[in-house]
Formats: sequence, C-alpha cells, structure tokens
Amino acid sequence: MVMTNLQNNGQINLTPGSKIVGKWNRIPYQIKYMLGSGANGTVYLASAQNGNVAIKISKESTNITNEVNVLKKLSQVQGSILGPSFIDVDDFTHPYTREPLYFYVMDYIEGKNVFTFLQKNELEWSCVLIAQLLSKLEILHEQGYIFGDLKTDNLIVTTGPHSIQWIDVGGVTPIGRAVKEFTEFFDRGYWELGTRKAEPTYDLFACAMIFIHLHCKKQYTKNGKGINQLEEIINQNKSLTLYKTVLLKALTGKYTSAAQMKKDLLMCEQERVRKQSVHYPQTSQNNKIKPAQHSQSASRIANKKNKKKHYWFETIILVLLALLGYSLYFYYQL
Amino acid sequence: MDKGTLKQILLITDGCSNHGEDPIAMSSLAKEYGITVNVIGILDENSTNEGGLKEIEGIAQSGGGISQIVYAKQLSQTVQMVTRKAMTQTIQGFVNKELKQILGSGNSIESLHPSKREEVYEVVEEIGETVQLEVIVLVDTSASMRDKLNTVKESLFDLQISLNARSGENAFSLFVFPGKKSDVEKLLDWTPKLEKLNTIFPKLTMGGMTPTGPALREAIHYFNDKMNIRGNSNGDDEFTEQWAD
Repeated sequence: MVMTNLQNNGQINLTPGSKIVGKWNRIPYQIKYMLGSGANGTVYLASAQNGNVAIKISKESTNITNEVNVLKKLSQVQGSILGPSFIDVDDFTHPYTREPLYFYVMDYIEGKNVFTFLQKNELEWSCVLIAQLLSKLEILHEQGYIFGDLKTDNLIVTTGPHSIQWIDVGGVTPIGRAVKEFTEFFDRGYWELGTRKAEPTYDLFACAMIFIHLHCKKQYTKNGKGINQLEEIINQNKSLTLYKTVLLKALTGKYTSAAQMKKDLLMCEQERVRKQSVHYPQTSQNNKIKPAQHSQSASRIANKKNKKKHYWFETIILVLLALLGYSLYFYYQL
Repeated sequence: MDKGTLKQILLITDGCSNHGEDPIAMSSLAKEYGITVNVIGILDENSTNEGGLKEIEGIAQSGGGISQIVYAKQLSQTVQMVTRKAMTQTIQGFVNKELKQILGSGNSIESLHPSKREEVYEVVEEIGETVQLEVIVLVDTSASMRDKLNTVKESLFDLQISLNARSGENAFSLFVFPGKKSDVEKLLDWTPKLEKLNTIFPKLTMGGMTPTGPALREAIHYFNDKMNIRGNSNGDDEFTEQWAD
C-alpha cells in the first residue's frame, strides 16, 4: 500500500449530480455536494428517496466498517442523541476511476461549524456548548466508550435549538483500549500529560483544549514545558482565567467523570455572571457614564480591554468638545 | 488462538541509497521471513526527489508494508499512523488468508456483505490491541538528515506513547545507518521503552553514505537471531511463522 498524497489521503471526488447505487442493497443516492473530507474519507450531502442524507465514502472498507459498528452501538442508547443515526452501508465502483469504494449513509444533521457559530454569537456560548458536550460524553462514557478524536473540527452547532453535536465517530474507542485516532493539539499524549489509553480523562483533556481553542482561536505547538505552558496560555487570555481551576483539573486528569467537570464549569460560569452583575454599578460610578451604554459593555469579558480604551477615548472627546465649545464661546464673545 | 508476534521494520530516510545491497531485494527478503517493511520518507520543504520517492515506494511495496512521504513537521503523527496501519494490514492479510481457506480462493473481507464485515473487523481490532509487536527502527543518519534528527526522536517517543497504550507487549530496537565504524550500528537493544534515546541521539555523528540495503539486511538478521533464541527457550513461534506470506 502506498500513501503518497501529502494532504488528502483518500479524498474522493464525485461531481454534484452523480448517482450512486450500492452493490448489495441497490439503494440509489444522488450526490449534492461535499460536506467535508478527512483522513478516513469524504462526506457528501446526497438525496435519497426520503430526503437528504449524509454519505461517508472511503477507499478503505475498514474505515467504513469501524464507523458503522460505532454508529450502530451508539444508536442502541435510548433517549439520547449520541451521533447521527445509521441508515445504510454498501459498496460501489467510482464511475470514472473504476476503483472500489465503500460507503455508509447516515442522517444529515444541519448545523454550523463551532467557530462560525461563535463568530456570530457571544463567547458565552462556549461555556454552554462545552457543558452540552460534557453531558453527551457522560452518557458515552457510561456506555463504556470514549470519543477519542475530540476536536473543534469534529463539532457542529445544530440550527433550531442550538446544541452541540459531534459528527465524526471514527475515533470512538472502548474504554481500556488504545486510542487509534487523535489530533496533536487535543491529545494529552502530545502534551506529555498522559497516556493514549482510552479513559474518560482522555476526552476531558480534549474538552479543556477545545475550550482553550475556542477562546484563543489558535492551536499552539508544544515547547516541552507541559502543563506550565498550558497554564501560561490560560493566564494570558483574560476570558480563560475565570475557568482556570476547571481547565487545569481537566488537563491534569483530576476529574473522574464528565459530570464532575460539567458541575465545576457551571459553577465558574455562575461566578462569572455574578461578578459581572456586581461589577456594573461600580464601574458606572467610577467612570460616570450613562447606564445605557453599560448593557453593551457587560456582554463580553473578552472585550473588556477594548471597552476600557473606549472609555478613555470618550473622555478625551468630551474634553475636546468642551474645549471647542469654550473657544467658540470666547470667539463669539470677542 | 495463540498470541503471536508481529514484526515490523520502520525505515526513516530522506533519500536514495547509494551503498551496498539493493534495498528492494532486502525488503523482499524481509517479507519472506514474515517481517513487514514500512518506509517513511522525509521531504524537505522545497525539494522534490523523484528517485528517492520511487525507491521509498518500492521498498515498502516489496516489503508488504506502507510508505508515506511527509514533511518533517508532520512526522510524529505519520510514524504512529503508518505503524498502526501496517499492523492492521498484516492482521487483515492473515484473516483474509484464513477466509480464503474457509470460503475458497478469491474471497476476502471485501467479498463479504458489508454487515458481515463488522464481526471480522472486531476480530482484527482485538488482535491489533493484544498482539505482541516488535519494531526495529532504522534511522538514516547521512548528512542531509542532520537537522531532522530531533524531529525523528520526538516522533519515536510519540510512537512509543501510542503503542504502549495497547494491552499487547511492545519491543523496540534502534539501528542507525551509516554507523560510526560500519554500515549499520545498533544503538538500542530490545526494550519496551525509548527513554534512552534522549542520551543517545545527541551523540550521533551524521554523514557518509546511505547504505539502506545493508541496514535492512542487518535488521532481518537481528529479528532472526531473536527468533532463534526465543525458539530454543520456549518454542512459541508457530504463530509467528504463520504471518509470513
């Protein structure tokens, strides 16, 4: 086997409108457009007899078999959505290249990438989304699995009632086994903060890294200082410092369950909200600015620094205006 | 089923061999002994090396393994992925052989109905998790590799983290080529941990020819020596031989 492609291992190109008919089950699908592509295959939006579906296509049958196995197991968990539901699995031959391809069909979950979502919504959502993610993880861990390759790219926020949903289940691993798939920034092994054994703490580490990633909007590379480097990153970002205790506990594997981490995270959030509401009247007294402008300034901690600069700017403008008024007054007096 | 051992050679190089035996012949020989040869070619950011690429693919193909060309900065993820994939591939090859015996030639996992593959897949996974794995790492230390050596070291540490998370046992051994006095030099004897790399790697002198063929030959010998010693002591090699194609 040769894997010479540097970037897109196994990307499969199908033009919109292409028809796929499975070799075994003979169910037809029509490709609409590509939703995404990764190391294990390419996902397309397609139309089936009963509406839109997502189809994951791979050159390797093991990738498909693995994910179908996981999806089937997850769908046995009742009363919770632990991923898209499984619809069909089959093989087909690429219409032009004639190579054998393997695919499975699942529900299409409509949503936005977490980053795109957070660009349009307030950063407070990050806490809500991570709390939702932790609830899902709690159920998954109870079933004896960890998610494994948990990362920002694998998460979408659904439209309708906003809720977080993972979309690539290829890394789901039974607890106790070795993690097969991971992404360096979100992997505790990379940061030398733990093994790659599938344990709930492995996912919780990744959760903390997702939170950091959402706030810093950047994936750092390690400098060999391990936890100290991560602590520094947290200290440098004002919106993260409030969550420092939770993050550090998760990064060092101190939480034994997702529920514990969620509880602490929500406590931090409560503290943040409380601090903010107490903060209000004090700032308004100090800066003597109309309360109307305050509802805006309270909205984002991340922008606090900017807001402060803003106050200075306003003060200077006011002083200048006053001076201008005075000079005009004197001018006309003379 | 008896717990067997998977044997792999992981060759990390950045160019063409220019000394000693034909590496492709050596790699074919390794395959005959049931040893998989995987090759990782490290590419410089702004160079293409057609001849080197061809040799890298050739060695892996004739050694029944996987080859991957990467830029130095992507090395860590690649090393562990290639090792894992090759492991799964070997196990699958073995399972396919069994299937052919049961279902007749021309049958493989892919000729089963997709819903039947799931069980086979779980067996492959189970073996991959528990099987004993022996890896001989061959690192090219010719002059052009000088500034990549630290990345190589890190990626080997990373490989160890990944493999030691399995419940099966691991043994690593490390050779560099060219060595100080000979074509190939053994730096690390069989060990489950690679911590010693930190003290060994900084002392390496880089330069000289690229004797890829002799390095592969040496690795095959080393595997066979180990097998003989083990064979004499407890004779559990029946399964190991079955992996040979």
